[in-house]
Amino acid sequence: MKTKPIIAAASAIALAATLAACSSDGGSSASPSGSAGQPEGNGGGDAACTNTIPKPDLPVVTMWAWYPNMQLVIDNFNEQHDDVQVCWTNVGQGGDEYDKFQTAIAAGTGAPDVIMLEADRIPTFQIQEALVDISGLGVEDVRANYSEGAWEDMTIRGGVYGVPVDGGPLAMIYREDIFDEYGITPPTTWDEYAEAARTVRDAGGPLFGDFAANVSALNMALQIQKGAEPFTYDPDSPETIGIALNDQASKDVLEYWAGLAEEGLVGTQDQFTPEYISGMVNGDYATYISAAWAPGYLTGAGVGEGADEGTFKVAPLPQWDPANPVEVNWGGSAFSVTSQASDPELAAKVALGVYADEASLTDGWTNQVIFPLNNNALDDPAFEDLEVEFFAGQQANKEVYIPAAQAYSGFTYAPFGQFYYDAMTEQVANMLAGDITGSEAADRIQETVVQYAEEQGFTVQ
Amino acid sequence: MTTPIDEDAGAHAHDDAPRQTSVRARTRTHREPLRRQLTGWLFVAPFALVFLAFLVAPLLYALYLSLYRDALIGGRRFVLFDNYVKAFTDPSFIEGASFVIRFSLVLIPLQMVISLAIALMLDTLTNRFMRTSRLLIFLPYAIPAVIGALMWGFLYSRNFGPLTDVFGLIGQPAPDFLSRDLIFAGLLNIVVWQWAGYYMIILYAALQGIDPTLYEAARIDGASTMQIILRVKIPLIMPALVLILVFALIGTLQFFNEPQILRYLAAGTIGPDFTPNMYAYQQAFSLANFNYGSAISFALGAVVFVCVYIFMFVTRKRGSFLS
Repeated sequence: MKTKPIIAAASAIALAATLAACSSDGGSSASPSGSAGQPEGNGGGDAACTNTIPKPDLPVVTMWAWYPNMQLVIDNFNEQHDDVQVCWTNVGQGGDEYDKFQTAIAAGTGAPDVIMLEADRIPTFQIQEALVDISGLGVEDVRANYSEGAWEDMTIRGGVYGVPVDGGPLAMIYREDIFDEYGITPPTTWDEYAEAARTVRDAGGPLFGDFAANVSALNMALQIQKGAEPFTYDPDSPETIGIALNDQASKDVLEYWAGLAEEGLVGTQDQFTPEYISGMVNGDYATYISAAWAPGYLTGAGVGEGADEGTFKVAPLPQWDPANPVEVNWGGSAFSVTSQASDPELAAKVALGVYADEASLTDGWTNQVIFPLNNNALDDPAFEDLEVEFFAGQQANKEVYIPAAQAYSGFTYAPFGQFYYDAMTEQVANMLAGDITGSEAADRIQETVVQYAEEQGFTVQ
Repeated sequence: MTTPIDEDAGAHAHDDAPRQTSVRARTRTHREPLRRQLTGWLFVAPFALVFLAFLVAPLLYALYLSLYRDALIGGRRFVLFDNYVKAFTDPSFIEGASFVIRFSLVLIPLQMVISLAIALMLDTLTNRFMRTSRLLIFLPYAIPAVIGALMWGFLYSRNFGPLTDVFGLIGQPAPDFLSRDLIFAGLLNIVVWQWAGYYMIILYAALQGIDPTLYEAARIDGASTMQIILRVKIPLIMPALVLILVFALIGTLQFFNEPQILRYLAAGTIGPDFTPNMYAYQQAFSLANFNYGSAISFALGAVVFVCVYIFMFVTRKRGSFLS
């Protein structure tokens, strides 16, 4: 009889200890064992960092990031630094990470010191005061390392909320074998693109491309290329926002693609799905309008292997007005310092230093993990002259991607980007189903987003 | 929600019984019930603590959250039931709720008929083949919902799924179960496949609990097999049928896993507001509107409550008819 209460008491204590351990993990940084942001199922305790910290006596900065070669990048940083060490975890890619960060913001605890964000998400978190302005924390020392457009993406009302790492200048990837078969050359304008699509279709060829509802960020970039300016800020008043999602340029671009889809010239398959990738492998699409990171993604997904090896090439993005070419961007990420960082100065040092050393950058671009924005990599002759295997030895960086990245002038993103993208996905899907026209889709997006902005307390201009 | 109350009532009845028996007995055993009560509470305590900490407390907190509104500009303010007014006039919520209600109306009868038919078949025929079938029919339930949904997502694929080949045999283009027109059927198939086996097991167990002498008596009275099924078996497993119907109704109204997974394959077809639960998830975790997300959850709870209440009301009448 007496042993049972003892066992019960012991297990109660054990349970309490576990709970206490959980709650102490929520706190922020200073020691690696108590660090924030453990991935789920990590077992808790000392296993918080994915990497091993080589110099355990130094102060530690926690970090979330999902670059595939992050382990190497963090090891490089830790070895090169004698004043700070990074404790890194991968809590998920893109949306998964943002959801966790969002929850940590709402909880007021649990966020890392430095976080990887895609450039278009920075305003979403900045407006919630979840990010630190690092303009006074060493940005000036490295300003020359990145293009103006890259900094523009990080800047909100004069504050700098991230350090650019990689970008996604858009280009047109195409199947050279299909182009040769139907006797066409890479189109340089969107009119030529439609014309070439008709030529291929009339000769019984495959679809010329794909316009998907689930890639709103790409579709937004294509609208901006035509001259749309979806969001504008008033530098003096954070409550005011300009929203122009149904201007003529936005409508024209949606109408253009709706027309191509209706004619049966392009597919409407959601991208980043097994269905789409298998279509790419099958040669169902003659072109793929995508960013500089796409070759790496396609290689990883097994496109361009076997019989298809060396069939892909890349050409600059078709233009609306060849006299005034506009280069646009899709994706690319940055490191931001969160306002939950216990030592923002130290965290900024990490954000500025990680993935900025030569060894990491070189590993990044040789393995096609990133398209770097750091000029030290962009100016590296080895990077410029790289003969990309995926493009059958074409010097894709020199010919296409570097000029596109340098001509990119930066976007202004929405502070409620997720809502905008979801609204756009819904309406583009309606449009591609033939329920509404491109102009109606743009009008509905505008209406929904303005309503949401007003609900969120903005004054819409 | 009704069961705990019933249990409570039962417990009170037990407490009251000895008190009423005799005053003498009561004084003699005065300390005994107290100690027994304490022991009872001790046994309940671990569950009660977990129940309070992880169910009641979060529910109350969510209720509290749902009475506020938090905007990006202007911050948090008390709005009482404004979020609920908004939810019940929000087309996203209304369309989502109407989808899950329509889905339940088709799914539940279909699922019931299939699982009941299989259970009756397995109950009637007993050989080794049937035992294997029972396991095989139950197996889909053992597959995690996420993996089941992904698997079906691949099977529906027109590029590498089997549908293209099957329909190619009869010279027809394969239907796209992930398209807007057919997603209803596509999801219906996944859910029936996953759950029919589970419901079958419950019904089968109920059938096995019936005293076989009843069948003998029915046969002696001249009942055919069909009559035995309709007049003896089904009425006797009515409580099990009602139970699984309520399970299915609640589960379906809270539809989340399958569409959320298939969304990765067909974002154009399945929006973030496809079902009320998905909408609540999107609001809370993608858009950081925890307040509105909580309100949607409670609004959905109200819808579930109303639907289950209507159902219980209807079946109560029906049950009395049969017995």
